[in-house]
Amino acid sequence: MSAASPRAGAEDPRLVPRKRRGAELWLLLLATVVGVGAYIAVGLGFDGEIPTDTPRLAGGIVGMALIAHVAIRRLAPYADPVLLPIVVALNGLGLAMIHRIDLSLEADGSPVGPFAGNQLIWTALGVASFIAVLLVVRDHRRLQAFTYTFGFLALVLLLLPLIPGLGVNILGAQIWIRVGPFSFQPGEVAKICLVVFFAGYLVVKRDALALAGRRFLGIDLPRGRDLGPILVAWLLSLGVLVFQRDLGSSLLFFGLFLVMLYVATERPGWLVVGGLLFAAGAYFSFLTFSHVQARVDGWLDPFSNSEEYYQIIQAMYGMAYGGLLGRGLGQGDPSMTPFSYSDFILTSLGEELGLAGIMAILMMYALLVERGLRTALVCRDAFGKLIATGLAVSFALQVFVVAGGVTRLIPLTGLTTPFMSQGGSSMVANWAIAALLLRISDQTRRPAPEVRPLEADDATQVVKMR
Amino acid sequence: MDELTLTLIKLGFLAVLWLFVLSAVSVIRSDIFGARVETPRGAKNGAAAKPAKPPKPRRRPRGEPTSLIVTDGPNAGQVVSLEVQPILMGRGSDAALRLDDDYVSTRHARIATNGEQWFVEDLGSTNGTYLGSQRVTSPTPIAVGTPVRLGKTVVELRK
Repeated sequence: MSAASPRAGAEDPRLVPRKRRGAELWLLLLATVVGVGAYIAVGLGFDGEIPTDTPRLAGGIVGMALIAHVAIRRLAPYADPVLLPIVVALNGLGLAMIHRIDLSLEADGSPVGPFAGNQLIWTALGVASFIAVLLVVRDHRRLQAFTYTFGFLALVLLLLPLIPGLGVNILGAQIWIRVGPFSFQPGEVAKICLVVFFAGYLVVKRDALALAGRRFLGIDLPRGRDLGPILVAWLLSLGVLVFQRDLGSSLLFFGLFLVMLYVATERPGWLVVGGLLFAAGAYFSFLTFSHVQARVDGWLDPFSNSEEYYQIIQAMYGMAYGGLLGRGLGQGDPSMTPFSYSDFILTSLGEELGLAGIMAILMMYALLVERGLRTALVCRDAFGKLIATGLAVSFALQVFVVAGGVTRLIPLTGLTTPFMSQGGSSMVANWAIAALLLRISDQTRRPAPEVRPLEADDATQVVKMR
Repeated sequence: MDELTLTLIKLGFLAVLWLFVLSAVSVIRSDIFGARVETPRGAKNGAAAKPAKPPKPRRRPRGEPTSLIVTDGPNAGQVVSLEVQPILMGRGSDAALRLDDDYVSTRHARIATNGEQWFVEDLGSTNGTYLGSQRVTSPTPIAVGTPVRLGKTVVELRK
């Protein structure tokens, strides 16, 4: 991950700086069409008529998209043109789906819900956090000065739910805090802090971590004394697992650290060590915790206990019913799956949009991750590279864990689907992540200050007398 | 709402979804491949560095060399076509075959043809141009596969 020579930008035709805000506006328009179109399709499919509040909702979504767009034009004019539209499209789709499940829950007289109204407010707060991050973080390199502050903040945020009186235990997981009427999941924000901390830490330490080591079986293994940070990350993840009973976050944090460590040091040895640690931790928690055993059982053989694994069975039936093209928005029964609006929103979408729709959604996530990794590739400073990688990988891991879990590729673990599943903290945190990625990509795609390359003629040639 | 309308709505929405994905991909695509904008600086460079193309290279008889390949040295593996000649070799930015070899002069040697034979000519280089152990002092004919040494670099003509 050595940085390219500083004047590479001036010579490389691919890096001719272009703002491309027009392309972004066009994509944004399409993205709002996706969101509003989904809302209308839900109305038509469910009630047979276009919902009366469509203009209001469309106005709200288009308004928010435009505000975010103008903010980018003002604050990060060279930023990547694809990120924001994808985020808006995913968010709009998620909103429409949550609204659709609200309709079913209401028709069934379910005690939970409705969620869509709150989710819309959270989206607005997400856009606000997006703009705030763009406003406050004018140059991502400044964040490196606060490396350990962010590390400390992450630790505090992770510990908050364990404080008696503040933390709330919902369905066995101790990951929420409740302040007044609001509940919040600090782990989502801790994710961002951890990425910044890991990046700042690894930029300084990566040489020591990369260069010292023993060669064993053709793989460079790190020195024993350098294992400290990875052991700490491992213990932290295990701690989250043991005390908060949150499988997903624990997996996310450890995977994030492992990937960033690997990217920073270019040593496959770390992956081996990390993989072994992960296997050990996973096996240990499988033996020790009943809830982990339950997840594994539900993954391997959900039909062994159709009471306990009702949720995953329903999700599978839903997706099977959806088939290739889906049952059509508003015409399926996604609400039969418990938590179809949050953890299982992907299967709800899979039921109503079919394989074709779910593939489009996964494609959007893939593009999101690709843009993040591309930003990391082109970024000129190592710190920015690591942050962008970390944030992109956090999206990738999250989507993999959620989509893999609900489709029974891997054991089910609770993580939010970024920008889609119902829940405020994840919405706000993910919009902030999008803003950080845009900030880094703006910094990266901005024209480099003009440096006149040395003429080859000026250089002295080395003469060797034979 | 009859079945047909609902099916059309369903398919229409999927189409919109994929239209969005494909538009995003096409924006990314033009970001990667279409970003070559002719800046004034680039245009000037291009005009200066590229001499007017010769009318249309006549068909060479079989067995004539068509390219010059670097077989040894820091640039080993680099190939230039013999379409535009003479070919200037050196460390300078105006050289047709630019070599990153510290022992090569800025304008080291050139290779040209009189229509029948190819010649290598030393351009007053510091460390000289060699054919085997023989230093090239005047334009010397070379054949396909003859190694020509400049500094640490060895080049030869290929068919």
